[in-house]
Amino acid sequence: MTTSNPQSPKPRPPLPYNMREVVLPGDAACPGCPIPMAWKVLSAVFGEKMILVIPACCSSVVVGAYPGNSLKASVVHVAFASAAAVASGIAEALRKRGITDVQVIAWAGDGGTADIGMASLSGAAERNHDIIYIMYDNEAYMNTGIQRSSSTPYGAWTTTTPIIGKTEHKKDVAKIMIAHGVPYVATASVAYPHDLYAKLQRAKKIRGFKFIHIHAPCPVGWRFDPKYTVRIGKLAVETGLWILYEYYDGKIHLSGPSRPYIDPKKRKPIIEYLKLQGRFKKITEDKIKEIEKYVEQHWEWIKRHM
Amino acid sequence: MVKEVQIVKTGIKIPLAKPKIGVAGKTGFWRITKPVIDYDKCVKCFLCEIYCPVNVIRVEPDQGPVIDYDYCKGCGVCVDVCPTSALKLVQEE
Ligand SMILES: Cc1ncc(C[n+]2csc(CCOP(=O)(O)OP(=O)(O)O)c2C)c(N)n1
Ligand code: SF4
Ligand code: SF4
Ligand code: SF4
Ligand SMILES: [Mg+2]
Repeated sequence: MTTSNPQSPKPRPPLPYNMREVVLPGDAACPGCPIPMAWKVLSAVFGEKMILVIPACCSSVVVGAYPGNSLKASVVHVAFASAAAVASGIAEALRKRGITDVQVIAWAGDGGTADIGMASLSGAAERNHDIIYIMYDNEAYMNTGIQRSSSTPYGAWTTTTPIIGKTEHKKDVAKIMIAHGVPYVATASVAYPHDLYAKLQRAKKIRGFKFIHIHAPCPVGWRFDPKYTVRIGKLAVETGLWILYEYYDGKIHLSGPSRPYIDPKKRKPIIEYLKLQGRFKKITEDKIKEIEKYVEQHWEWIKRHM
Repeated sequence: MVKEVQIVKTGIKIPLAKPKIGVAGKTGFWRITKPVIDYDKCVKCFLCEIYCPVNVIRVEPDQGPVIDYDYCKGCGVCVDVCPTSALKLVQEE
């Protein structure tokens, strides 16, 4: 005989139930935008108790113009290069006031992180402020019209690499953050919300500077049908191009979704990822070979540090 | 969430936006394609709700997914992630 009440509801999984309240419908994001997808996961972890510090980027537009805000959480709009500095200040102010249940999150694009915000990011990391810095990586300056950033991948078309695509590889910001010796660094993807959820939960418990690099396929800038945002995010992982991992206690911990792809034979051909995106329409065989080489080198680095 | 901002002594008012549904209006008007549900095929896996970027799908344990078409932008992400093809995109009238 069981004593449990037949009326009592089954335990509910954190996703999706905890994602329902904070990210409000009717924001200004383009259809299929990865940004609010990631915010839903953030909200499942922190609820309303988060302060997003957002420098100029698509996200500043997505939340809407005054007097409205599409998030039932606090948002501080700040000047481009300053996200990490402002977030550090807010975190220190909260600490002085004894407020411990609010998470300060710097939320910046790849331009605002890999290029323009790099100095303040490096400073905040070195001082080890108790914040989570999230770089959502749509691999170009989308808000101003798809200009290349240092995080745009090799071979990709942008409005400032219009003829032969970008001729340099993507800057690996997660690696730069690992070199800062901060307690937690992770890569994630909007296509893997459960993985991102677990990483945010871990980051939440760690005191000091946390950095999370979220791969965020953008239908407008990458030139794909908006229904494929998740599919493309998954293909990036399944081809081995985007590797999901965490770095703490001095080593790399490969995340579940990326584990099979340590074996190159299990990886899908990179063309599967490229062919869905108009930004790679003109890519040549030679360039695909170059991307494959780069991916292999990245995996070798990962394996050495596991 | 901060409810109000106290500006001690300065008298300066800081523009403080408030959470609002539809900051960009009724975004359902943007739609050129519309997701429709075949409830018989749905296995209530929640994936459509988890991924919907506009947060307009609620998978109810008894009913299955309910979409708020006032704000659904018709991106089709839910259709692409559905493992059983219970969702499909049709042309908006
Ligand atoms: C100091 C400064 N320089 C330039 C701009 C113009 N600007 C606004 S958003 C943006 C692009 C931001 O790109 P990214 O950080 O990658 O975010 P995304 O728009 O791609 O989401 C630029 C260049 C600015 N607002 N301030
Ligand atoms: S350009 Fe891309 S990242 Fe920016 S709002 Fe549109 S879909 Fe989102
Ligand atoms: S079409 Fe897009 S906005 Fe509409 S319910 Fe599906 S995922 Fe959400
Ligand atoms: S993704 Fe498809 S099967 Fe899963 S809950 Fe949604 S409609 Fe049902
Ligand atoms: Mg960007």
